[in-house]
Amino acid sequence: MATTSKRKAKSAEIGADQLIGWYRDMLQIRRFEEKAGQLYGMGLIGGFCHLYIGQEAVVVGMQSAAGETDSVITSYRDHGQMLACGMDAKGVMAELTGRIGGYSKGKGGSMHMFSREKRFYGGHGIVGAQVPIGTGLGFAHKYTGDQGVCHVYLGDGALNQGQVYESFNMAALWKLPVVYVIENNKYAMGTSSERHAAGLELYKRGAAYGIPGEAVDGMSVQAVYEAACRALEHARSGNGPYILEMKTYRYRGHSMSDPAKYRTKEEVTKMREQHDPIDTLKNRLLEAGLVDEALLKEMDREVKAIVSEAAEFAQSSPEPDVSELWTDVLIEA
Amino acid sequence: MAIEILMPALSPTMTEGKLARWLKAEGDAVKSGDVLAEIETDKATMEMEAVDEGVLGKIMVAAGTEGVAVNTPIAIMLEEGETEADLGKVMEKAGPSTTPVAHNDGPQAAVMAQAPATAAPVHVEKEYDKYNRQTVREALRDAMAEEMRRDEGVFLLGEEVAQYQGAYKVSQGLLDEFGDKRVIDTPITEMGFAGLAVGAAFAGLKPIVEFMTMNFSMQAIDHVINSAAKTLYMSGGQQPCPIVFRGPNGAAARVAAQHSQDFASWYAHCPGLKVVAPWSAADAKGLLKSAIRDPNPVVVLENEILYGQSFDVPDDPDFIVPIGKAKIERPGEHVTIVTYSRMVGTSLEAAAMLEKDGISAEVINLRSLRPIDIDSIVASVKKTNRIVSVEEGWAYAGIGSEIAALMMEHCFDWLDAPVIRVCGADVPMPYAANLERLYLPTPEGIADAARKVCYAK
Repeated sequence: MATTSKRKAKSAEIGADQLIGWYRDMLQIRRFEEKAGQLYGMGLIGGFCHLYIGQEAVVVGMQSAAGETDSVITSYRDHGQMLACGMDAKGVMAELTGRIGGYSKGKGGSMHMFSREKRFYGGHGIVGAQVPIGTGLGFAHKYTGDQGVCHVYLGDGALNQGQVYESFNMAALWKLPVVYVIENNKYAMGTSSERHAAGLELYKRGAAYGIPGEAVDGMSVQAVYEAACRALEHARSGNGPYILEMKTYRYRGHSMSDPAKYRTKEEVTKMREQHDPIDTLKNRLLEAGLVDEALLKEMDREVKAIVSEAAEFAQSSPEPDVSELWTDVLIEA
Repeated sequence: MAIEILMPALSPTMTEGKLARWLKAEGDAVKSGDVLAEIETDKATMEMEAVDEGVLGKIMVAAGTEGVAVNTPIAIMLEEGETEADLGKVMEKAGPSTTPVAHNDGPQAAVMAQAPATAAPVHVEKEYDKYNRQTVREALRDAMAEEMRRDEGVFLLGEEVAQYQGAYKVSQGLLDEFGDKRVIDTPITEMGFAGLAVGAAFAGLKPIVEFMTMNFSMQAIDHVINSAAKTLYMSGGQQPCPIVFRGPNGAAARVAAQHSQDFASWYAHCPGLKVVAPWSAADAKGLLKSAIRDPNPVVVLENEILYGQSFDVPDDPDFIVPIGKAKIERPGEHVTIVTYSRMVGTSLEAAAMLEKDGISAEVINLRSLRPIDIDSIVASVKKTNRIVSVEEGWAYAGIGSEIAALMMEHCFDWLDAPVIRVCGADVPMPYAANLERLYLPTPEGIADAARKVCYAK
């Protein structure tokens, strides 16, 4: 993935290939997550599993603006980020089922996967902890001069952690190349932003440190892409960090065992029917005559095949050997 | 092909549930994401959404059914173009579905994957041709400077490490030599800069994080444990974290409860970390160099009182002290005193007092607390048959408790007396000078414990 929608063009000119690539990448995340939900239901995935359904435009738009050496780090709602970074769907799904073929050999699970090759640095289970770590990845980009920017994803809930502001302070003080992407899906687990945040303009939370911020329609992949280009350019040029508040929405509960009683059914239905990032883009493509039903079906089949293959691999890959219990604790010096 | 819909597990603990309500009827068209049914779990009522598109062909479990086991087929979905005739095919092969059974190999008897203690050669200290007299403070500075010259990726950050030259003057001169790119004054923001350093280590740099004292590392302990120590394992060996967390640990003088704690047992408790605690200047230099070169996260527990004390340090550019090897500071025959950091000096004073009574004490400087050098302790106890542990920290779940357990496991038949732990008093550190003296282990207290295990008066 990511290859289809990754375009280096920094202009706002959006071509047909770009739009179609975005559609396909978002669709793959959606289908992957639906399949993960299904495997969870079958008892093949255990523990915590936080689905990205509804938020696809955020990471797909960000990654299509990413540079070659950029790094990515996020919290526990991480499957979308991994796929958008180009990680293999089979390895991600097999990690969810706790099998040896998973990215962490089955020892990390949904919240703990890494790919140094794709510069994806996790997958972190402690809310907010990824923010200083990502700021440190930005520090390393500056230290080595590799021109990279770290994309640090955090939720609206994580934004209330003290270490976020410690990070903002250091990133601004040392002009570190970091873009903080706040995925504001309106709920910190079950607590709505009105109930957890003093002041709802979350993009202004860096103002005291002089960090520019903007609110972005996170349900529009193009809006995300255009904002990402601005933010990444700012950070890459040595101007320090940038904050993007993506106004997005998750359709499913916080995790698999969340019945989401803290919001109305009408609210969810309205978002799905009127603001779904995938449907919106599909309609736009159809209206502009850029795709026809046959091409959509073809893409659908292609994505389904990838997801089915991942699900099969995730079930056929063996559980880790019992000897794996004792490995990877320390590197032998 | 028609698809079976199975009773889903909707929480980590759910094994069965009630099929409360169907929201789609047989023959209804279903889009992915549509709510098919409501399921009551052990925790809540949840909506079950369709994954695939099609037509709800048959409902196999009626609404209101209780105790439906997870993975029981509850309905069949027909895909585009399929008819009821296709239902039969699926129902025929609908046997009991399987899920992987978790391996249960029983509780792990081996608490730590340690090498067996028997027959392993005890570490022999290397002799050097030439030694220089140095303070612990200078030795630590030299260790950092030498490793920074050796590796461009090594850098130091912390509060007051650069312009101020170190709150305890440990980093004196480093800013001048290496510049502000590699010697970095941070804001007072332990959690933030510890996390930032972990991120830099993930990217391949080799940060040295100075905590002004280890007491403040409590602000950052989430990053030391959850971010640094566990990531290699959680990533299946993919993501290393080569980082050093260092700073003065334990009691200084008259700084009271919040600035006087020994965190040895806290850090030594955690797999994924290495923990060292130098006593002499040679320990300090050799262990810190090893820590910086180590590809794993290492916690270096220094001691403020020791910073100004002078010792002989080998004059050799290749000198290091390997992590995991203890040092016999004083050989003896009758009792083993095992300790670390500043208490090595206190224990040596106790040994000198015991000598006057005709008791020959062997003093072991552990140097590393994780991994701990079991072989050296066992070899000593097989000779003396008696052991006393000494630490500044509290007895409860302390390093001495670990030593006592190791003696049960490795030396049960060799012991002639129960292990005695000499520890800090089980109270927060008091400020008053007289009470502070009562808190810490003394040479007299250690000597008394040694006499007790020797059954001497």
